[in-house]
Parts: sequence; C-alpha cells; structure tokens
Amino acid sequence: MSDNTTPNNNSFLHDAGNRAMIFQVLLLAVVVFVGYYLFSNLQANLDNRGISTGFSFFNEPAGFPILIHLIEYTEANTYGRAFFVALINTIVISLLGIVLATIIGVIMGLARLSKNWLVARLATIYIEVMRNIPLLLQMFFWYFAVLAALPAPAQSYEFADFLLNKRGIYSPNPMIQDGFGLVVFGFILSIVASIGLVIWAKKRQTKTGLWFPAYWSSLGLIIGITFLFLAVAGFPIEFDLPQKSRFNVTGGMVLPPEFVAVLVALSTYTGAFIAEIVRAGILSVNWGQTEAARSLGLRDNLTQRLIVLPQALRVIIPPLTSQYLNLAKNSSLGAAIAYPELVAVVMGTTLNQTGQAIETIGLCMLVYGSLSLSISIFMNWYNSKMSLIER
Amino acid sequence: MKSNVSKLLSTAAIAATFSVGATAATLDDVKAKGFVQCGVSSGVPGFSNADDKGNWSGIDVDACRAVASAIFGDGQKAKFTPLSAKERLTALQSGEIDVLTRNTTWTYTRDASLGLDFTAVNFYDGQGFMVRKDLGVTTAMDLDGATVCTEQGTTTELNMADFFRKNKLSYVPVVVQKADEALAAYDSGRCDVYTTDKSGLAAHRTKLADPKAHLILPETISKEPLAPVVRHGDNQWKDIVTWALHVQVNAEEMGISSKNVAKIKSETNDPSIKRMLGVEGDMGAQLGLPASWAYDIIANVGNYGEIFERNVGPSTPVDIPRGLNALWTEGGVMYAPPVR
Repeated sequence: MSDNTTPNNNSFLHDAGNRAMIFQVLLLAVVVFVGYYLFSNLQANLDNRGISTGFSFFNEPAGFPILIHLIEYTEANTYGRAFFVALINTIVISLLGIVLATIIGVIMGLARLSKNWLVARLATIYIEVMRNIPLLLQMFFWYFAVLAALPAPAQSYEFADFLLNKRGIYSPNPMIQDGFGLVVFGFILSIVASIGLVIWAKKRQTKTGLWFPAYWSSLGLIIGITFLFLAVAGFPIEFDLPQKSRFNVTGGMVLPPEFVAVLVALSTYTGAFIAEIVRAGILSVNWGQTEAARSLGLRDNLTQRLIVLPQALRVIIPPLTSQYLNLAKNSSLGAAIAYPELVAVVMGTTLNQTGQAIETIGLCMLVYGSLSLSISIFMNWYNSKMSLIER
Repeated sequence: MKSNVSKLLSTAAIAATFSVGATAATLDDVKAKGFVQCGVSSGVPGFSNADDKGNWSGIDVDACRAVASAIFGDGQKAKFTPLSAKERLTALQSGEIDVLTRNTTWTYTRDASLGLDFTAVNFYDGQGFMVRKDLGVTTAMDLDGATVCTEQGTTTELNMADFFRKNKLSYVPVVVQKADEALAAYDSGRCDVYTTDKSGLAAHRTKLADPKAHLILPETISKEPLAPVVRHGDNQWKDIVTWALHVQVNAEEMGISSKNVAKIKSETNDPSIKRMLGVEGDMGAQLGLPASWAYDIIANVGNYGEIFERNVGPSTPVDIPRGLNALWTEGGVMYAPPVR
C-alpha cells in the first residue's frame, strides 16, 4: 500500500494506493450518477406518457391459461403465480436438459474417439449436423415434423397402458392410497442402509485392499427394500389410466409435445457441443498415463474412470460451464413452440396484457442472470474441487 | 484527469435537464423525416400483407396510407414495420413507430394505463373458433375437452379463458408465439380448434392446406373493435389519425369515391362537401394539414366501402361479409361525426 517511490515527497496524493482509491471512488460516483440519471429520465418519461409503473399488477388475476403447470394454477390465479409457474417450467427444462445433454455429450464424445470405424463416423456425423443447424430450426423440426407424423388421438399408438399421439405421450398416473407412508419409510431405510454399505466397503478396501461393488449393491438394496415394503403394505398405489375421449385423451399423465420437443432439441444440440469438449478433454490426457495404468494391470474401464477422466475433467469443466449456461438461456426459445417458459409467459402474455414492459423485462433479466450465476457458482465450486491439489 | 471527470459530470447534468420532457410533436417529426412509420401485422391477408415484391396491402395498410395522404398528399409516403402481437404496443410506446395500424383491440386497460390512445374503429370484429369440418362440431358448446391453439400476447387468450370458464367447459390451451406458427400447429393436428378474431380466422383460413375443410363456428364470444393506436398526449396527432378514418366513412356516406372525387370537387354546390374537400374554409389548417387533406385521402386510398371491398370483401379470397362494418344507414355501425 504505502511503498512510496519518492521518499522525499510524503504528500497524500503521491501515494499510489491513495490515488488508486480516489479514482475508484470517482468512478463509482460516476456510475451511480449515470445510473440515477437513466432511472430518473425513465421515470419522467413514463410519467409524461401516462404509463403506470410498479409491480402491483402481480396481485391481480391473470385471466389466461398455461398449458404446463407443475404447481396448481388456473386462470383465476394472479400474475405473480403465473410468473412462478413459468419460472418452474424454465428451471425444470434447463436442469433436465443439462442432465440429458451431459449424458449424450459424454457418450458421443467417447464414441467419436472409438476405435470402431462405424461408431466413430456416426458420432462425427451427429456432432457436425447438430452443431451446424440453428437451434430454433431444430425445435421447429422436432415440434412440427414429428407432430405431423403422429396419429390423431382417436388412432393413438398403444403400448400396454401407454398412448402416443399428436397431443403427447400419455402414461398411467399413479394415485397414492392409504398406507403409502410405510413405503416411504422403507425407501428412507434402504437409503440409510446403502450409505452404511458404501462406508463399510471403503473402510474394508483401505484395510484389506479387497474391492466390493458397493454402488451396484446399493442400487439393488434400494429397489429390493422398497419393493419389499410395497408388497407388505399391499401395493397402496392405484393407476389412473389414460382413456380416449371425444377430442383428446383424458386421465393419466401426459408429456405434451411442446415439452418433449424443447427438451430433445436443447439436449441433442448442446450435447453435440459437449461431445467435442469431452473429446478435447480426453485427448488432452497424455497417452503415457493410460500406458502406465495398463502396466499396473488396471482394466480398461478402471483406467478410464480412475486415471483418464479425473485428469480430463480439469480441461472439460470450464467450457462445460459455458455450455450449461447456453442451454439455460436457450430454453427461452421454447416460447416459439408454445412451451410456457419465462419468456413466453412473462415477456409474452403478461407484458402484453399489462403493458408493464420495464418491469417484466427487468424481471426476466434478473431471473436469467441469477440462473446463470447459480450454474456458474456451482460449476466453479466443482471445478475447484476437481482441480489439481498441490501439496 | 480531474477536469475530464468534471466535464463528464457537467455534460451529463446538462443532458439530464434537456432530455426530460423534451418530446416533440409527432406531426413535426413525421414532416421532418418525410414519411409516416406505421406498425402493421406481419401477414394477415386482407389486413396487412406484403407481396413478393414487398408491396403492402390491406385495410390496416390503407389506414396508414390515408394518414400519409393527409399529410403529404401522397399515400406512398408510408413505411411499414411488421410487428408480432407481443411487440406492437411496446414499439409504439418507445417511439419506434408513429402510429400502430395493426388489428389491435380497443380495451379499457390499453387505453387507460399504457400511455396510449385509440383513434377511430376501422373494423368491428369479434372472436370466433375454427375447427375441422370432419370433427362434426357445429357449435362452440360442443368443444368440451378440446385443445385450442392461439397466438400469444393477445386479448384472444383472455377471451378464450373466459368463454370456457363461463360455460364450464374444459380445454387444453396451446399458446404459440406467432400467428403463423399457431396456425401451423392447428394445421398439423396439435389442436382441434384455432381461435382468433373472426376476420383473422377468415384471413388465415386462406393460408391452410385445404381451406374448404375448415369451418368457422357461428358463436362470436367477444367484442373486438379494432382501431389504430397513437401515443397518449399528442392531441394533434391523434386528431389527424382519427379524422383520416372519419373522412373515409363520411365519403362513402356522401357517395364520394376515388373515381368521382375530382369531378365532384370541381362541380359540387354542396357546402359541406366543399368544406371537406378543401374548396372552402380552413378545415385542413385546423389540424396543421394542407387544405386538400381529405381530397387526397379519398383520391389516393378511396372511401371506406372501396377499401373494404378491395381488401376483404366477397370478391377477395378472405371473403368477409360487410355485417357490422356496413354504414349506419345500411344496418351497420360505421358512423362518423360530420366534417364541419
């Protein structure tokens, strides 16, 4: 802070640290002033034009329906609730998209590196096609082209109790009956048991070097115990089956085509980019590492999991974060094919019904900003956890 | 450095003093740039539609050309910005366009709280439903459980909800961002029903794969008075747009059309026609317009009846009956205040 380069001049302004501080304060003052100026200008102009402002419209009844709502919602609910419905739809599609895109990306990235000529070529074709067609076009393709090929509700394809038609994929809807609490108890018990199993397996391996397939056994344990309790409770679930009605299908659970089209388009598109990132990450790990692992007698899948992937992840995670952010932001394109996410509901319908452009657009910017920052913060945390720990 | 900062601060302060409340009259802006900028829909046959050469036509386009004629004596001095339903009001509020002539429903909220003013109605409409004929539906009351497609950001969304709620019918809404894509979803079978204003249904039906296979149901579930919109607070500009429409209706009532207006102007003895066509008096000057403003509108664009017939009448593919839009003397509600 106070290392003066000219020791014979001790005035306040000659201190580099002080000068830096003064400029910072001045800059901050300018930013605050410009911000205040823009805001007051906006207020004055809005007043001049008689445009009402504020978020009071949030408590008024919305009056419009929303196709997909994961929380209770009807036309009589408020704009505020409509906002949350849309927010949940955005978050759900983003998170599901991220999971699916990652799975597709890892598989396709490995496939492109495969020694099998056909597999590698197919993966290359997939990646190049997906990366070079605009996402919006892909969404239109998945929505309109696939819809056109499906039958009308009356001629639905049927598999067991599942129906597939232009209106979506219908499945039986599980209805919880009395006695389900016991099953929940069994499920929790099985999770506790499998955590114990994993800890025991780890301890045993460090002590004796003997390896135990703890994760697969845990999966079996969870399914087994839950099923056992389900049987003991007398299967307290009834299924509401989808039934064809005059226009649509009633009953059951439905995955609307809008949801499917957005999810498929987002995950296959982003998946292609992730595949390239995965490929780059794996290629960045020196071949000597693999050879060294083999010379130790490690099997191929263990070499990949314990030697190559942890090192590749360090290269993969930062660009992967960008792809996750892209995916979350691209979910806004769902508005174009009727998926009721944030842009559709808030910047589309709400903005048009209330005319509150500044508030609604500001709110959307805030949400996308926070969503992106959360993903970024999580990925940065994961990155620092995965990065080389120097001792 | 310090002087630079203070310079910046003082410039910002000056800018702040000047820009607040400095909104010039729209008429002056329009005269200065030499054309009227109108917001229209991006393609509703009969209302506003561009051909493959980029020439716009339709009732809403003619409403804009009438304003251009009144100011410049030339209907071609109009430029068009295609807007989706959700963009249109913001485009007007922000000054991107001078007037919104885009089948926009006059509602209380839009008029009262959005800083906007509606002028005169140039088309009386109402919302309806279109279905495939092979569904065997003949009335909207049969639509229980149907899937309904519509465009996002319109009064249609609310009317549809009200209609189904009022009649205790269930339905599945599919709200698509743009009209063309909503129609595509309907055409591909995603929905049983397509809903919008009846004029829109008639116009959009012409774009479907097989227009004859679709039926517009008889119910009209709402009042949709469609009117050009201007920004609130510029009364002179509002008057110009309003009277550009009133003149068309008055002209039809008086039997003046684009074909006979020149003859009538030189021959008539009717003082009210003389005043309107600018032969006598200062009608134009009262609005800051040339004396020949009304004459120019009729000569360039025509009277209301001509505009209707040319764009959406029975001789066009859109084929909308005159109905409510007939003159008040002929059983409709088109009634314009007198020019005097």
